[in-house]
Amino acid sequence: MGETAQKPTVPEQAGAPAVESTSAGREPLLEVDHVTLRFGGVVALNDVDFTLYKGEILGLIGPNGAGKTTCFNAMTGIYQPSEGEIRFRGERITGKKKHHITKMGMARTFQNIRLFPEMTALENIQVGADAHHKTSVLSALFRLPRHQREERDGLEKAQRLLDFVGIPHRMHDAARNLSYGEQRRLEIARALATDPVLLCLDEPAAGFNPAEKEELLQLIRKIRDQGVTVLLIEHDMRLVMGVTDRIVVLEFGKKIAEGLPAEVREDHRVIAAYLGVPDDDVA
Amino acid sequence: MTSVREWIDSGRHAVSERWHDAPRWMRWAVIAAVIVFFYALPNREFYQWLGPIPTTGSNFGQVLFTISIYVLLAVGLNIVVGFAGLLDLGYFGFFAVGAYTVAVLTSPSSDLKTLWPWLLALPLALVLTMVSGVMLGTPTLRLRGDYLAIVTLGFAEMIRVAATSSEFLKGQRGFNQIPHPPGSYSDGKPIFGVLDPRPYYWLVLTLIILVVLGVRNLNRSRVGRAWISIREDEDAAQLMGVPTFKFKLWAFASGAFIGGLAGALFAGKQNFVSSQNLELLNSIIILAAVILGGSGNIVGAIVGGGLVAYMIERFRGIEFFGIELYEYRFMFFGLVLVIMMIFRPQGLIPNRRRAAEFKDRRKEVTVGG
Repeated sequence: MGETAQKPTVPEQAGAPAVESTSAGREPLLEVDHVTLRFGGVVALNDVDFTLYKGEILGLIGPNGAGKTTCFNAMTGIYQPSEGEIRFRGERITGKKKHHITKMGMARTFQNIRLFPEMTALENIQVGADAHHKTSVLSALFRLPRHQREERDGLEKAQRLLDFVGIPHRMHDAARNLSYGEQRRLEIARALATDPVLLCLDEPAAGFNPAEKEELLQLIRKIRDQGVTVLLIEHDMRLVMGVTDRIVVLEFGKKIAEGLPAEVREDHRVIAAYLGVPDDDVA
Repeated sequence: MTSVREWIDSGRHAVSERWHDAPRWMRWAVIAAVIVFFYALPNREFYQWLGPIPTTGSNFGQVLFTISIYVLLAVGLNIVVGFAGLLDLGYFGFFAVGAYTVAVLTSPSSDLKTLWPWLLALPLALVLTMVSGVMLGTPTLRLRGDYLAIVTLGFAEMIRVAATSSEFLKGQRGFNQIPHPPGSYSDGKPIFGVLDPRPYYWLVLTLIILVVLGVRNLNRSRVGRAWISIREDEDAAQLMGVPTFKFKLWAFASGAFIGGLAGALFAGKQNFVSSQNLELLNSIIILAAVILGGSGNIVGAIVGGGLVAYMIERFRGIEFFGIELYEYRFMFFGLVLVIMMIFRPQGLIPNRRRAAEFKDRRKEVTVGG
């Protein structure tokens, strides 16, 4: 395989942008516009409002139960916001079908890994690659040229992505037989196979040791350098501080802070949320 | 006990290893030999050498025809249950739609009096069964698991009750004189007659081969991957861009197509279709065949369908201390199923990983990159 084959196929635009500290004048990719989400009496998201700009790595952090994953689920079409709306690439995605949102260029991984356990690593990624394929039942049945072409492309893409995330040797193993870390990587590869503009990672480092976390940081940076915008939910403050360009902090379903990692780290509300402080200390 | 199982498992493993490592031409040769064997099977000159395998109580050619119909049905249901993971308890309903469409259009006892030839009614029967699959699927495939199972069960019962009580569908009196498939020998005798069941068996066998080739192509494509991803994790599949509803409908429609084909063939062979052909038990038997053979594996479905149908037929005409064993056939059948579920719940030939298909490529990759 040649040099060029090492890169995953991701949209060509925006290749490795230099990240600026200000968001002014940059193109918004995902706008979460005053979203409120209620389950009966429980308010899971309360007027959450933030914008994700093209080419950045945004961290979404907060203590357990703060609504981070709920926010993810609202973005990927699993939940419909009770109020407010979510726009992706300028288009309203509220009410759109989930597979359609994926086709628009948003891909995600899951907090609790959700691969297709009986399929091989390669096939898992091929499913992702199929998101943009158009092979119909008839062309598959008679192995028409379109099927052949898309099959070849999907296979090559899957092999490139396995190389990219560093598990090419597990190509033919069933996903459930992969180690925990390999499964996390495979999930990222599967999401990348859908050619996302925005990749949402839900606690990708959960259960990793420091060395594995460092490798994951490298991988996330590499993905960003391919021109993919990354939204990262993470618990581990050090990991978040090390890789993100900006951070949004949620607590009890509300946004309590937003800004550069250094700013957020100094924010007393964030410190209070994470460490807990006596009530009278909170301004 | 464990050691015996280990021994069997290692033996099976060795066989499958050898199979996957064998060169392509050798695999094709083995497959060709198996196909030739099954084409030769209904000839007395051939099967008289096979000891106790041919059935004693009934015409072996007739039994083989029944078995081949079950195999076809198992291959079809395997798409729905094995690939897409949709528990369909009413699969035989599609068989009924196929058989009844042919009957209504061709039989002189039908009110329509169209008296079409069999071959003309066949495509319409296939289209109608596919439509019935889509019609059943559109509202019900939004359901999952147990709910879907109950609704499909209801579908088959609905068809049975309609066939039993509707005047148009003739109830238990049924439709007779359904024409046979066309074709005649050079001496003018029809190929598909009343006396010789073998041509029907050969016809079904040929169609099984075609259907299996088609299903195999689907399975190794975007369509098959979509089905299996739905079976494995429907929500994740959706979020990875699989239009799950569309592909579930396709699974239903493809399964229905094959079920309808089996029904149309049965009607063309049997001459006669009535509501007595439509027992719920048939749906259960086919499902049991798929699970016994190995859900999600085409070869497994073929073996399962063949074995189950053969087991049921084999008991015919055997007496044991004055007891007609055929009467107890379902008890033995149940016993075998229970034993299977204890010792080999994944089926005889489980859904094997497709690693071997890429074996040649694997070498390329490790060398190249």
